Amino acid sequence: MNPSDPFAQMKFRDPARARGLRDALERLVRDADHAPVSVMHVCGSHEQAIAKFGLRAAFPEELQVIMGPGCPVCVTDVPEVDEAVALAKQGVRIASYGDMLRVPGTSQSLADAKAEGANVDVVYSVTQAVELAREHDEEIVFFASGFETTAVATAAILLDDPPDNFSVLSAHKYIPPVMEIVAEMPETKIEGFLAAGHAATITGSAVFEKFVERHGLPVVIAGFEPLDVMAGLVKLLEVINSGEPRVENAFPRCVTREGNVHAQKLLWRVFRPTGGRWRGIAHVPNGNLRLRDEFAKYDTRKRFTIDASALWSYAPPKLVQQCQCGDIMAGIASPSDCQLFGKECTPDKPVGACMVSAEGTCRIWHQYGGRPDLRSMRRGAA
Amino acid sequence: MCLGVPGKVIEVDREMQIATVDFWGVQKQVRLEVCDAPVDPGDYILNHVGFAIRRIPPEEAAETLALYDELLRLADEQDLMTADVRAEIDAAPDARPAPRGAPDESK
Repeated sequence: MNPSDPFAQMKFRDPARARGLRDALERLVRDADHAPVSVMHVCGSHEQAIAKFGLRAAFPEELQVIMGPGCPVCVTDVPEVDEAVALAKQGVRIASYGDMLRVPGTSQSLADAKAEGANVDVVYSVTQAVELAREHDEEIVFFASGFETTAVATAAILLDDPPDNFSVLSAHKYIPPVMEIVAEMPETKIEGFLAAGHAATITGSAVFEKFVERHGLPVVIAGFEPLDVMAGLVKLLEVINSGEPRVENAFPRCVTREGNVHAQKLLWRVFRPTGGRWRGIAHVPNGNLRLRDEFAKYDTRKRFTIDASALWSYAPPKLVQQCQCGDIMAGIASPSDCQLFGKECTPDKPVGACMVSAEGTCRIWHQYGGRPDLRSMRRGAA
Repeated sequence: MCLGVPGKVIEVDREMQIATVDFWGVQKQVRLEVCDAPVDPGDYILNHVGFAIRRIPPEEAAETLALYDELLRLADEQDLMTADVRAEIDAAPDARPAPRGAPDESK
């Protein structure tokens, strides 16, 4: 194996096709009338694929592929975590996806509350939370995180007559509106978006058409194979260079223009979009998914009086003030810009939400390395 | 967590809207009420948190499966992507073994 060949180091199924796509990316970046070219993806699974397979080593140096707010756990805002922590401390049993437990609230995470004796269960699915409710007489609150793909499952459960002692504390988020926010940030240099294939399986590619019209930025939907990601980027650069922004679907084996219309109906029958803050980013109009009034019976916020004020008499420690998760999630900083990254802030002792979740940029870079040294090796070999 | 996982449909209970789905030798029950296309034995579905979010025709499954083959073959428990895939499989409850003599819908 030639150690200076990044493609020998990466485990591509089809190195010849990978090289072809790399050559196409280099040509397209060269053809652009400026450098660097910056594009954003909004999916933790895309970042995992990019980092795990060392794709940035294969990208041209003038191509910046930045992760935006693609981690639903990370963008769950402090007051939302406080609601769950306050309920847990009131003695209510909480079930949630594992990553949510360590996301910091104002003064505590759910894991902290659990360590102090609160009843907090980790579940892999909303179905398991409903089973808990069926097996026990007590109230079960499902603290629900995830983008629209995951919210559909929560919606299906609420339409399937769950038991009366089950309710949902929704922290579900809707991705299309936050892309508008990021596109309008004055610091942003993003010229196009790579949209997540599995979320688009539900929403369809059409959901991005208005965005493209309003912002003049192209959107390309891509899958999660390393080659899918590279093919999506090639398509995105082609559209950027064409000067005619549009939506392109580079993942047609899972995504159609209309998407899963049936799932969309379930989603919007149960949830309504409402504005709210995303941690570290901004207020996002229509970015939060909350239960419609017809489902008030299952809405934790209607069912309980949640008093989180006891958690607020607290000054955040100095480390938290230095955390750059917000800028990282907005795509205007990378983990290596943060002085805490890998030092005071690690997966074992996370300071910010981006180091907690398996989909957080910092956690992913900490495991895989975000900018592999292969690039400098290639330069050295040239 | 947004990474769905493909699996092969073994059996379909249309009344309960549940499919028995094989994920690399592990059989799980996946709910079908979110899926927008009828699912038959032999099809693949994309499973996310215990729900099929899309039917994948068998002829298109190979490309989709390759990534997962790789992740599960390496079986590195510390790997974030592998852990996500395993969590997606764990999200669906285990399939109950079919009672003896029960008619097999897959035939």
